[in-house]
This record gives sequence, structure tokens and C-alpha cells, in this order.
Amino acid sequence: MRIEDIIQELGITVFTGGTLLQRPVRGAYVSDMLSDVMGRAKESDLWVTMQTHKNIVAVASLKDVTAVLIVNGGKPDEDTLALAESEKIVLLGTHEATFTVCGRLYQLMERDAMV
Amino acid sequence: MQWYNADLHIHTVLSPCGGLDMSPVNIIGEALAKGLDMIAITDHNSTKHCRLAQEIGRKNGITVLAGAEINTVEEIHCLTFFENIEKADLFQQFIDEQLMVIRNKPEIFGHQYIVDEAENILGEEERLLVASLQAGIDKVAARVKELNGIFIPAHINRPHNGLYSQLGFIPDYLDMDGLEVSRIPGYEEFINGHPEISGYCLVTNSDAHHLEHIGASYTRYLLEKPCFEEIRLALKNKGGRKVSWP
Repeated sequence: MRIEDIIQELGITVFTGGTLLQRPVRGAYVSDMLSDVMGRAKESDLWVTMQTHKNIVAVASLKDVTAVLIVNGGKPDEDTLALAESEKIVLLGTHEATFTVCGRLYQLMERDAMV
Repeated sequence: MQWYNADLHIHTVLSPCGGLDMSPVNIIGEALAKGLDMIAITDHNSTKHCRLAQEIGRKNGITVLAGAEINTVEEIHCLTFFENIEKADLFQQFIDEQLMVIRNKPEIFGHQYIVDEAENILGEEERLLVASLQAGIDKVAARVKELNGIFIPAHINRPHNGLYSQLGFIPDYLDMDGLEVSRIPGYEEFINGHPEISGYCLVTNSDAHHLEHIGASYTRYLLEKPCFEEIRLALKNKGGRKVSWP
């Protein structure tokens, strides 16, 4: 599955990395605690969080996640956007809450036998 | 008794976000130049530069408290201080047991150098020090108290990594020696808007990561002499010791 497939299916907003949407998504991890993500997220995961500050870009780089999906209509801070562009990190957004978007995401991944 | 100026929240080059110029010897030189009487070395989840900083401090007539800025599992930053390096070393064992083991990528987070007095690089900490411990704030506070240390949640008015951003309330059942408030825009409104913190001793520090920020914010302490035990008395407003903001 690619980022663009998920965007299309779930009606997601692209904040940064619009040219990188061919990247593969191999799984997902959901957490708002940065250290937890640092410890447990896997490479090529889609990371789902409500955090919008620029430290999410550093954590996304550290773990080589495919993209960060910000829930609840959250918008990345200005410095987050700038850093994500320079670090080539894909930042996405949805108005849905974590529970809902993850339920839909799980269905998509189930369909593709990813979970 | 007399008033002493103390900046008790300073990072060294060991913190990944600490500037390369933040060697213990430079920090002490800068602190003296800024007219500080006391400082504390508070790297992220490490006490490993405290011994050297205290040695240099002794030679230069400035008190250096041994401490660390701990990141709890709730991602609350807390200042911890210890009466001597032996206690700090015991606390370092606790950190080593509890720190989530995530390898630092210096190109993302910055280098975590350990240096000597002549600023030679002796080694580099490989675990990412801005990761959190696996221990929550209750467990961290309890360990600090077992070691007779001082425990102060850091920058509680900041939007990230403070008591309010992470917990949303003051854990009043904890034995906290004070609360650190950052002098950022709106800090006075913050204090006035949170009457529940009025019973705590409020302190402010620079949280310096670069030399020029040392002493940018500090607290004044009325003490017999600038040392750990006197600071504790001042935080508790005991024996005529006091705290005031410049």
C-alpha cells in the first residue's frame, strides 16, 4: 500500500511531502508519546498522532516512518511545516478522531492482507 | 545571610540539543561572567558531566549542584538535584535501569559528547538522552527522595513536556520541593491563573542550551552559604531562608 492509496480512501489532507506519496506503507503505529514511538514504531509505518509540534519531525526521521497522520483536525505548527519540508517528511491530516481513522485504516490494511 | 543568584537549569554538550560550546569549563566561565553564585548541571537523563563541573566549580569559587533533567514516561521534564556526587552516581544507576534504550542518531538530535576540563572529547553517550525513562513521575520522585534529593517539575508553563501539558493537573500527593516557571511571554498570567500552585515555591531558571542564555533567567536565594542544604531550606521557606525573583 502507498501513501496515496490511503489518502484517496480516507480523504486525508497533505500538509508536506506532496511529491513523496509513492512511498510504501507497511504498517501503522498510534501514540502521542514521542518516546513510545521512538521505542516501538517500525520503519515504513504510518504514525498516527495528535501532536503538531516540530519534535514529531525528528522522531519521524529517527524511525524512518513513511508519514505522520495528524488527527482531530490538528494543523502542524509553522516551524513543524518548515522542518518537515526540509527533512522530506510527509505530514498528513484528518478531521477524524484517532479511533475512527484507525478503524478505517485497519479495514484498508485488512483488505490488503497487511494486518 | 545574604542573597545568592542561582541558575539551576543548565545543559551541557552531553545533552543532544546542548551547544558544542557548552563544555563544563565554558559554562562555569560564563556563569562567573554573568555574576551567578550557583549553578546546576541538568542534562537530559544524565548526571555524567556533574563531577567534572563540580571540580571546575570548586577551583573557581562557584557552587555547582549535581543534577539531571529527567524525562518521565509521561514525558514530563523534572529537575533533580543531589547533595553530593555519590548520591548523583546512585541516581545515575536508576536512570541506567529505567532509560528507554533508543540509539541516538546524532545527525537528527545532535551529538552527546562527554568532555574533560580541556574540552577534549572523551566519549559519546550512545543512548538517546531525550528519550523518556520507563518510570512515571511518582516513581522518579520517590527515587529522588530516597536519595535525599530535591525534586522540582520543570517549566510547568511551557506547552510541551511540563506538568500541565502532560498531566493537566498538579500531583499534590507528591513531595515536590518547588515548581519551575519559565519566564516566557504570559508567565505572570499563568501564575495568576493557577491559584493551585500558590502553595509551592516557584523558581525560574534559564534552561540554557547555549552559552549566551546562561543566567538569562535565574532565582535569588537568601542563604547562610550557597550549598545544597541551604537551597532546600530556602525552597521550604525555613530558618529565615527565602526565595525571590529578580
